[in-house]
Amino acid sequence: MEFWIELVVSVFLVAGAIFVFVGSLGLAKLPDFYTRLHAPTKATTLGMSCLLIASMILVTYQQGYLSLHELLITLFLLITAPVTAHMLAKTAMHHKLEVLDKTSDKALPQRARERMTPQ
Amino acid sequence: MKTKPRFRLLPMPVHSLLLFIVWLLLNNTVAPGHLVLAAFLAIGIPLLTAGMQDPQPSFRKPLLTIRYTLIVIGDIIVANFEVALLVVGPSKRLNPAFIAVPLNIQHELPITILASTVSLTPGTVSAEISDDKKWLYVHVLHLTNKEALITLIKQRYERPLMEIFEC
Repeated sequence: MEFWIELVVSVFLVAGAIFVFVGSLGLAKLPDFYTRLHAPTKATTLGMSCLLIASMILVTYQQGYLSLHELLITLFLLITAPVTAHMLAKTAMHHKLEVLDKTSDKALPQRARERMTPQ
Repeated sequence: MKTKPRFRLLPMPVHSLLLFIVWLLLNNTVAPGHLVLAAFLAIGIPLLTAGMQDPQPSFRKPLLTIRYTLIVIGDIIVANFEVALLVVGPSKRLNPAFIAVPLNIQHELPITILASTVSLTPGTVSAEISDDKKWLYVHVLHLTNKEALITLIKQRYERPLMEIFEC
C-alpha cells in the first residue's frame, strides 16, 4: 500500500480514537447527568465520522470500488445522536435527577418538565 | 404547505429519491438487480405510507439548505473541539446552566431541525419544548454569556431555517 494512503488513514484513525475516548472520558468524569450528556453527543459524532472516513478511504483503495455506505452510518449517527440526547434529558427531568449546585437557573427544569412557559 | 400530491404515482418524490439512494448505499452496489429492487421500494413504500403523512412545510430554498448544512457541519467540528477541551479541563471551572430560548418558528419540522442542530453544536443539548412551541429549553455545558448565546442560536440557526421554510 502506498505510504501516503497509510498516513491519511492513520491520521483519521488516531484523531477518531482520541475523540471517541474523550467522549467516554467525559461520561465518566463530568459531575452530573446533564453535563455528562454533552460528551457522548458531541465528541462521539466527530470521532465516529473520522473512523468512518478512514474506513471509506481504506476500503475504496483496497477493494478498488468506491465504498459509500459509511456515509449512511454517519447520517444515521447525526440523526440519532441529538434525538437520544433529547429523550435522555427529558427522562432526567421527569426523574427529577439532581442538578449540579452551581447550575444557574435551577428552577427551569421544573417548568420544562410540565412543558410550561418559563415564567 | 401542500397536502395534495402533485404526481399520483410518486406522492413523495423527494422521499422516493432518498429511499433509492439509501438502498443502493446500504448494499454498496449499483448492480442492475439492486437498481430494480431500489426502484421498486422507492415507488412502493411512498405509495403505502403517503396517507400517514402530516402536512409539513417543505424546503423552499435548496441553495440556502446546502449553505445551512455546511455551516452546521463546520460548527459540529468546532463544537467537538470545544467540548473535548472542556471535558479534559478541570470540572470545577465548568459553569453549567439551563436556559430558555424563545422561538419564532412554529412548525414541527423546522423546530425539530433547530433542536437537533442545537444538540449537535455549541456545547448545548436541547431538553424540552414548551407546550405552546414558543420556548426551547436548553442545557448548556459552560455558560459565559446568556444573552449572547440566545442571540447566536436565533441569528445563526433559527433565522436561516425561517428563510428555508418561509415561515
